[in-house]
Amino acid sequence: MTKLKELDTYAQNTWCPGCGNFGILTAVRKALGELRDEGTDLHKFVIASGIGCHAKIVDYLNVNTFYSIHGRVPPAISGTKLANPNLVVIGHAGDGDAYGEGVAHLIFAAKRNININMIIHNNRVYGLTTGQFTPTSPTGFKGRSTPKGSPEEPINPIELMLSSGATFVARGYAARTGLLKELIKAAVKHKGFSFIDVLQPCHTFFNIYDFYNEKTYELTEENHDPTSYEQAMAKAREWPYETEEKIPIGTFYQVEKPTYEERLLKGRIPANMTPGDIKTVLEHHL
Amino acid sequence: MDELSILIGGKAGDGIRQAGTIIGKLIGRLGYRIFLYDDYPSLIRGGHNFSVIRASGKKVLAHKDKVDIIVALNQDTVEKHHEALTKNGIILYDSDKVKSEGVGLPFSQIVKEHEGAPIMRNTAAIGAFAKMIGAEWSLLERVIKDTEKKATSLNLKIAEASYRLVGQRFFDMKQLPLKPLPIVSGNEAIALGAVQAGLNLYIAYPMTPASSILHYLASHEDELGIVTVHPENEIAVAVMALGAAYAGARTMVGTSGGGFALMTEAISLASQGEYPVVFVECQRAGPSTGVPTYTMQADLHFVLNAGHGDIVRFVVAPGDTEEAFYLTALAMNIAWEFQIPTFVLSDKHLSESLFSFDPDTIEIGASEPLLWDKKAPYKRYSFAPNGVSPLAFPGDPEATVKGTSYEHDEYGITTEDPAKIQKMQDKRLSKKPALKKRLQQIEQVKIYGNENSKTAIICWGSTKGVCTEIAEELDIKVVQPLIMEPFPVESLKNTLADVNKVIDIETNATGQLARLLACNGITIHETILRYDSRPFTVDGLLNRVKEVIS
Repeated sequence: MTKLKELDTYAQNTWCPGCGNFGILTAVRKALGELRDEGTDLHKFVIASGIGCHAKIVDYLNVNTFYSIHGRVPPAISGTKLANPNLVVIGHAGDGDAYGEGVAHLIFAAKRNININMIIHNNRVYGLTTGQFTPTSPTGFKGRSTPKGSPEEPINPIELMLSSGATFVARGYAARTGLLKELIKAAVKHKGFSFIDVLQPCHTFFNIYDFYNEKTYELTEENHDPTSYEQAMAKAREWPYETEEKIPIGTFYQVEKPTYEERLLKGRIPANMTPGDIKTVLEHHL
Repeated sequence: MDELSILIGGKAGDGIRQAGTIIGKLIGRLGYRIFLYDDYPSLIRGGHNFSVIRASGKKVLAHKDKVDIIVALNQDTVEKHHEALTKNGIILYDSDKVKSEGVGLPFSQIVKEHEGAPIMRNTAAIGAFAKMIGAEWSLLERVIKDTEKKATSLNLKIAEASYRLVGQRFFDMKQLPLKPLPIVSGNEAIALGAVQAGLNLYIAYPMTPASSILHYLASHEDELGIVTVHPENEIAVAVMALGAAYAGARTMVGTSGGGFALMTEAISLASQGEYPVVFVECQRAGPSTGVPTYTMQADLHFVLNAGHGDIVRFVVAPGDTEEAFYLTALAMNIAWEFQIPTFVLSDKHLSESLFSFDPDTIEIGASEPLLWDKKAPYKRYSFAPNGVSPLAFPGDPEATVKGTSYEHDEYGITTEDPAKIQKMQDKRLSKKPALKKRLQQIEQVKIYGNENSKTAIICWGSTKGVCTEIAEELDIKVVQPLIMEPFPVESLKNTLADVNKVIDIETNATGQLARLLACNGITIHETILRYDSRPFTVDGLLNRVKEVIS
């Protein structure tokens, strides 16, 4: 059995007390430990992050990591995955990161069905830049850039990912670490693009633990069929990231399709390839 | 004949570039050295395209305004270019479409009779052209068979029908006692140079005039043993490349100025994270969208300074295909030896022109990067006198590889400690003196013409071809820096020490090399700039240089 201490670094944790990121870190550590015990070597993992509070997670994990830049986690880990498809890559990003700065990359990663895993720490506020509204803040959110209230309606990332072609779409909640750990394990085991939107209360700028505790309910075999695109879309639309409705958490959608690297690489591992002799190609130029 | 220039023109969609290439190959197989300039507007059908093919018994790297043969597939070619014809020049034209003096043949009718596609008028033109220069039918037959892989027999019939209609030869192009050389574009040479230095992945978003690197590598993936990727935009391209380099793949990206602008945040990340990646920047006329299919050398300072923060970089500026091949391979090697971003600065004129390319004159392969020896626990950013930390890649059972965009300690954990910050910045910057030392092994500045002349042209990149040719004629010196960063200031100062007139020649509006030279204390006496987005021609530039040296 993996001792979770092995997964820790000497870095001092600087998240605020009560931060939702602690729950996500706990779930990730447990998921990594269990995946390792089930046979995936720890050195095969690459964990990436963007920029923001969420991103510090890579400093706290003693595995291969790629601390990237704001919005660019999907291309960063796509490059890693394409160079060596034997690696298991997990990208962490914030909501400003994934749904704002780098939304095109997220859509394209889903469209390609590249076998990477995206875990979005969705606190619905910019934390590290001290409290502005994000793409998923509710309408009227009073942040430092919108003191009169956000004039925009939020993006629904579950809907966005379903319509972009993601083959694994889930929502977790940072305070439900057991469920989140299971979602992360299922995402990693899923062959293709996996997406988990994690509701992560920001204790300092948008503390809505009570709201989530009251409103969330779990998707189960009894109330949802995750192989049905229509049901997944209906469940996604139950909560438009505003303030009134019930919030389903769990796996919305999971289907299997050919992955990008299967189609593009056809078994090749670019990082291990040796290029051929240019002489034969030059003969075409005579 | 020692030399022949041909201009072939028509609408976009008439297959002008393809016909020019076949003409180049035909004359190339006679042992001539070829240069082909391709001029086309930014549209898909219509407009006016032309190619100028110059063939010579010795190496040629530029075209002239004056041509010996005009091949006209449209009326515009005659109207726009008839004044370019030399005294004994001939116009070969499609008599079904064009009114002109010269040799008119019914290309359209020939194609129709053979039930060919309209684009095959270019094949008919090539057939007649071959006869006009005295080429054997069997030679043209081989070139068409080797080049036209689709509808080969139909193309052969059309070419032969046209060939037989020409009664006499007008120019006598004999077989020369020289080995025929492959005819390669600047972009193809860049692609092949990267492969020679171990390229694994080429990642790019289409942008003229860089796209042909992507097309070429994509169409030869299996033969070359590489993988190409076309992502959603240039931001993704550059960041993907860093992610791939982190995992151990030798990776190159390519674009033009606008796409390069989007890559600049990744250049900073490549510096902080020490990810080796080659960036190819094929300049075109700017600012902004500018003139997409025409040339300019106006991104020198952009490339030298792209990316926020203090960055050690390596920038090369090849001027012909041999240099493009060699310097791209070198850029790949230097990227991996020093774990820095490196840059190949080309432009439309180099990237899309065709040249006779002699690979046997170049010796370079893939150099080995510094790899972790597994003796001490792995630290991605361990300190070293030359700033280069040994590499390990994710997937290694004994290494934990932590790459980062934040300032960090040796292991790769974020730090805000002032002493650690300064020490790590010093580590990265210490690569520059180490790189300069490494570069002492190679030629950084090229000299041509009369080395002892008191008058010297200084130029960079694609302008080298035209400058070297006029320098021969005027018996003056040419100085060409191959490396723009670290800029070889000492070599330049040495070679210009006895020169009392330095003429800077560039295709941009402000003299960007002149500015770089001035920053380094090198005096320029005259500046000749062209910035109408067209390259200098030999005859055009000769007159301008004569004006300033008289």
